[in-house]
Amino acid sequence: MRTYILRRVLTAIPTLFIISIVIFTILAAAPGDPLSQLALNPEVPPEVRENLRRALGLDDPWHIRYIKWVWSMAKGEFGYSFSSHIPVVELVKQRLPNTLAVVGIAYLIAALFALPIGVLSAVRQYSFFDQAATTFAFIGVCAPTFFTGLLFILIFSVKLQWFPFIYDTTLKIEDFDSLLKQIKQSIMPISVLALFQMGQLTRFTRASVLENLPMDYVRTAWAKGLPERAVVFRHVFPNSLIPVVTLIALSIPNIFAGAIITEQIFRVNGIGELLITSTLNNDTPVVMGLTFIYSVLVVLFNLVADIIYGFLDPRIAYE
Amino acid sequence: MLHKNPLLFRLMTAFLVMGVLLSACATPTTEAPKPTEAPKATAAPAATAAPTAAPTAIPLTRGKGGTLKILYWQAPTILNRHLAVGTKDADSSRLVLEPLAAFGPDAKPVAVLAAEVPTLDNGGVSKDLMTITWKLKQGVKWSDGSDFSADDVVFTYDYASNKDTAATTAANYNNIAKVEALDKNTVKVTWKSPNPSYYVAFVASGGAIIQKKQFADWVGAKAKDAPGNLKPIGTGPYKIREFKPGDVVVYDMNENYRDPTKPFFKEVQFKGGGDATTAARAVFQTGDFDYAWNLQIEAAVLAQLITTGGKGEHVAVPSNSIERIMVNFANPDPALGDKRSEPDQKHPFLSDLKVRQAFAMAVDRKTIAEQLYGPQGKATCNYIVGAADVTSTNTDKMDVCTYNIDKANALLEEAGWKKGADGIRAKGNVKMSVVFQTSVNAARQKQQEIVKAGWEKIGVKVELKAIPATVYFDSSAAQPDNINHFYADFQMYANSVAPPERTPDLELWTTPFIAQKANQWRLTNLNRYSNPEFDKLFDQYLKEIDPVKRAALVIKLNDFLIADVALIPLVARAGPNSGRAKDLKGVLPNAWDSEMWNIADWSK
Repeated sequence: MRTYILRRVLTAIPTLFIISIVIFTILAAAPGDPLSQLALNPEVPPEVRENLRRALGLDDPWHIRYIKWVWSMAKGEFGYSFSSHIPVVELVKQRLPNTLAVVGIAYLIAALFALPIGVLSAVRQYSFFDQAATTFAFIGVCAPTFFTGLLFILIFSVKLQWFPFIYDTTLKIEDFDSLLKQIKQSIMPISVLALFQMGQLTRFTRASVLENLPMDYVRTAWAKGLPERAVVFRHVFPNSLIPVVTLIALSIPNIFAGAIITEQIFRVNGIGELLITSTLNNDTPVVMGLTFIYSVLVVLFNLVADIIYGFLDPRIAYE
Repeated sequence: MLHKNPLLFRLMTAFLVMGVLLSACATPTTEAPKPTEAPKATAAPAATAAPTAAPTAIPLTRGKGGTLKILYWQAPTILNRHLAVGTKDADSSRLVLEPLAAFGPDAKPVAVLAAEVPTLDNGGVSKDLMTITWKLKQGVKWSDGSDFSADDVVFTYDYASNKDTAATTAANYNNIAKVEALDKNTVKVTWKSPNPSYYVAFVASGGAIIQKKQFADWVGAKAKDAPGNLKPIGTGPYKIREFKPGDVVVYDMNENYRDPTKPFFKEVQFKGGGDATTAARAVFQTGDFDYAWNLQIEAAVLAQLITTGGKGEHVAVPSNSIERIMVNFANPDPALGDKRSEPDQKHPFLSDLKVRQAFAMAVDRKTIAEQLYGPQGKATCNYIVGAADVTSTNTDKMDVCTYNIDKANALLEEAGWKKGADGIRAKGNVKMSVVFQTSVNAARQKQQEIVKAGWEKIGVKVELKAIPATVYFDSSAAQPDNINHFYADFQMYANSVAPPERTPDLELWTTPFIAQKANQWRLTNLNRYSNPEFDKLFDQYLKEIDPVKRAALVIKLNDFLIADVALIPLVARAGPNSGRAKDLKGVLPNAWDSEMWNIADWSK
């Protein structure tokens, strides 16, 4: 097992190196100018813009810029933002708590609800519960977050005035009142995301359990006279988890990447919001930094998923 | 059952631990904001969209208000005004950093850190226009309690004018020979040549004075690494408590502010992000925020949000940000290859004044202004819109400013352009077919459609092109789709709102400023417009030092451009185009300076 992990970690190094080159090349080739906001400002003449360009290092040849970037990643800074002139890692540190508080909890809630619903749907296939869950899941999957988000804002903020739709990132939870405020402001973004994620996960779990139900070992379990709960939870459920674990493990990097649309709508200024505004403003060091961090997480959680397989299914062994 | 299954148990424990971790992370590490609900006046005066009561009429008392909540759909990323890139940065830094003088709503300077505005009459500006002497207010303190002095002003000049600092405000400090502190409270600026536009350095948004103590070690190439960029110390009514770049700024009132009755609010939250429509909802409909910036929303939608919500007012005045159609005087034909849009390639038909006049007459700017802008803009046929003394009243009577399809058709006939079987005009083997480009933006695409409909009525084939804003406004020489290359017959955009100084707007029509391949399209005359008469008139303007004659020349230059159809102005966009809560008092819309220019006077 240990040699297997070591081997995987070592192969990850060239992978990440190639990823860094690809990210850099694509962004270097992409059109756009971080100073385009100044283009129409009569107070900022072209020579001032030229000077800024030089100061930001935009005039350097591409290989120099690449080496500078890799060096700054090696130092753990992941490059400097063009607009705020601070290391990307600082920006990530400020944003991560917001993203985890909303996107993380949404995924958690989605998983907690989706697994039992999925199992029950499969076991009681075509029952009323299954039909209802299926309908619900399809709505969740099909309704895009920008639609449900705006719908929620119109209903719960504008009409009913129950929840604020602008997330206050400076709120500190220190007493019951502020906790209540935090819950109130989190409900809408979390439910929008959870609804979406839950739909997918429910369908996955259901399909996976259905696949296992007609298996021989399940028939054996029934034949032994085990009660339904034991059959489902001791035998079927762990075996059906393998594809579900893949889905969850591979979506954990997504949690860190934030939810671009939902964060934007509710102004939860997390990682996703950072990524989209940096892209729009051509703040390429931030975009490169975030994309690279995301790549590292994807590579990492792929490995984690593979290790969990061995844990769930003894037949899968790594040496 | 569960405990019998170790795997399931472990999985569930893992979930629980994760949950605890996640909720722990959710706790931001900042001080809790004070209760945001300020006591609301029971009988709020029926406010109108017009400027609210004069600031002095309101009995402000320091710290009496709770939290003032401001919402910008673009979030500030840096708070040092001299390194700021966007309006969001300039405005959020204005709560902290102040200039010597601001521009008021009438485009006239108002003293801020200066004791009075220097003029020719009071001797502050020398008769030969070579120097300006600023007397500073006595006893002003920085928010850290130290004294503000003339040294800080001199330092600000050294900082911003240093080329390696790469300040975005550098151009405000051009043409200065020296800046010296005559004593603790007097600063004298000496120019290299007589300067009739003397209210540029240290004035308005770009004139923000920074503290010498804080930035002395961060001049030049190191400037961008200064920790003070994210937390500048200022003389303004508020000081920064916390700043998360790209998200939110939280300010506390500045106890050292020079006016003991101001500021009214104990705390200000300057939140960024999202989009203009939901920002408008937050002010007009839910009342969660007190002020929202730049509500570029379709006129009908905005009106509906305001009337159905009932919690806020629209704050808008026309500014010098002119939405205009630029005319290419060079030939953008792709067949020319490298010679495309070069100034020596005359445009096959737009170089003919009669044709240009016809195009101008076929543009229905009134419909564009009324249907798409509503209160967010005003139809205009002027290029220069400013204070009354520089705003032309002659253009309204001009033929080229009146929508008239018949006259336009007649002009084209006269110029020898005959309609073919397909309804498109042609002369010889040249067909009258144009490419009209602009940036991707819902309102702009509708404007394009209205213009296209007009031009089609006079027998022109119009091809519309919409380019993403970051590409369209990307000034790099390698970007062929930008406004600088101008590979189209017409292009539409608006300059950003700027102080009343007119020279940069006028010089970009002179021959030496023509953008072309030889100068990497770096210069500002994008239309490749060249008219010796205009150049001569502009020279005369540059040399004129009498303010009245100078203003008259601005009008003359404006009228010249319009009559010659060098461009087709459409709409004077609203300067501030914002929303404010009905109970928020003291907001004075001002198109010549940051809309936060009088934030010290805001109250509830």
